[in-house]
Amino acid sequence: MAYKDEQLTEEKVFKDPVHRYIHVRDRAIWDLIATPEFQRLRRVKQLGTTNLTFHGAEHSRFNHSLGVYEIVRRITNNFADRERWDREQRLLCLCAALLHDLGHGPFSHSFEKVFKLDHEQFTQQIILGDTKVNEILKKIAADFPEKVADVIGKTYSDKLVVSLISSQIDADRMDYLQRDAYFTGVSYGHFDMERILRVMRPMDDQVVIKSTGMHAVEDYIMSRYQMYWQVYFHPVTRSAEVILSKIFHRAKELYEDASYQFKVEPTHFISFFEKNVTLADYLKLDEMIVYYYFQQWQEEDDEILADLSYRFINRHLFKYVEYNPDPQINAGMELYQLFKKAGIDPDYYLVVDSSSDLPYDFYRPGEEEERLPIHLLMPDGGLKELSRHSDIVEAISGKKRTDHKLYFPKDRVQSIEDADLKKRILDILYGKE
Amino acid sequence: MLDNHAKLLYFFSKANQITGRKKLQKMIYILQQCRVPFEEKYQFHFYGPYSEELTLRVEELCNLNFLNEEKEEKSNYHQYHYTITEDGAAFLNQFEVNMPEMEDRISALQACSARFLELVSTVLYFAYLSKEEIIEKVHTVKPKLKYTKEEMDQAFRFIEEIQNKPLH
Repeated sequence: MAYKDEQLTEEKVFKDPVHRYIHVRDRAIWDLIATPEFQRLRRVKQLGTTNLTFHGAEHSRFNHSLGVYEIVRRITNNFADRERWDREQRLLCLCAALLHDLGHGPFSHSFEKVFKLDHEQFTQQIILGDTKVNEILKKIAADFPEKVADVIGKTYSDKLVVSLISSQIDADRMDYLQRDAYFTGVSYGHFDMERILRVMRPMDDQVVIKSTGMHAVEDYIMSRYQMYWQVYFHPVTRSAEVILSKIFHRAKELYEDASYQFKVEPTHFISFFEKNVTLADYLKLDEMIVYYYFQQWQEEDDEILADLSYRFINRHLFKYVEYNPDPQINAGMELYQLFKKAGIDPDYYLVVDSSSDLPYDFYRPGEEEERLPIHLLMPDGGLKELSRHSDIVEAISGKKRTDHKLYFPKDRVQSIEDADLKKRILDILYGKE
Repeated sequence: MLDNHAKLLYFFSKANQITGRKKLQKMIYILQQCRVPFEEKYQFHFYGPYSEELTLRVEELCNLNFLNEEKEEKSNYHQYHYTITEDGAAFLNQFEVNMPEMEDRISALQACSARFLELVSTVLYFAYLSKEEIIEKVHTVKPKLKYTKEEMDQAFRFIEEIQNKPLH
């Protein structure tokens, strides 16, 4: 029997708190899960620093990847007898779902920003490069790794297949919303996924939703909206992200300063500092390694690196105030100078963080042909964009979704000895001018 | 602080008016590929390279009243026009924006249709492939747009010209 058709002698299941069970029958899927590249995802948290705000959020990219696979497995089962579904695409969909986050690194959002990297490119490299994952995919067919990479990169010819993994109502989002809600313990993020899966219909180049299922989709959009504000945009998590970015910046700056001698050589980071990262370097880095360095860097001679590492490890985070660059831009400029005067380096200790600095997106109908919206399949066979039919979605789509916060170490400000300087800084920060 | 916002405002200050969100998305992407240091992250979407970060940052600039967004009703959709406001210009004046000269490139891009910019940005997205492979890829990912050979040739010529303009 061809490897692509090979089935396990008996079905394997993973117990999962979100989907109850994750079912595996295909030999190829079972083998992919066992690769070192996929197992590495156990050591990369799904929500990065969110566990510093919601202590339950310790779940990994491994959990999430299995969850996305399970949702796609259920969708392809539902589609099996539908006219517009090509059954030959099943294994491709499952592999793409399982591997879609393979290139995520530790704290990937901050890490990628500082080192100008893109986890999607690493996903492509892992799938196409000299890896165990590539070995298994090639056993399915010589061109199979390219196909999986194209589906994940959204450049595959069959857009219907792509839309299962990445569209505005895809398996990726349906898993992470429910999983993140479960592990953070918040009561948002729940919606009737079974219902959505039942009303999904394959069309030529996208999945559409039967109009009778609109209310289930409204619930999904609503939970997405609430999760963004309550979990993903949480200001305390953002404070941890700000510190994390600054640690990476500081370590890089010290590395570039020939006169500075690290007590612990940042071996795992050197290729990132020097911008010549190989796939092998990238795969070696996980959160355990990063935590090791942060732990060690608390003892560094450089006060900024030691302090920021201490803050991150011990959750001694920056405080924040709301910041509106218009009209507060002058106040921001003055604060920058006052921090300098107080001996607190504003490049590391005074940070504006905007909603656009975060990686999550909202549902957007958008302008024509800007981005594919969610379409409802109407009884007459026509398609209608969701927000044109649902008042709830239309209302959310029009909401203001942006904010800016100014982060700073309040404890350092409080300990400024010059009373006038301290007062002036606090007056600006807390609006007592 | 807010350097990326300032860079975008600088772009709007040079462009006078941008019509269409899709056009805006593609213009910034193409400029990035001409080594103009915009930092918005792009991914490939249904209609080519798209940046959610750019969308949100533009929304922030509008909410801050640094950018004016005008919505125009079209038959099946809305079209948006963007211009920098007085507040936006004042904000920009506070910054030393370190950006290369790009007026020529902006004018060249503004003269193109959104359809053509979609083609150009898609070609650039696959720039790591050979020319033949790029053409094949464009037809694979955008079969409905049916780009002609003339349009393809024009896109490659346009890219060569725009990328070879010196950065001052």
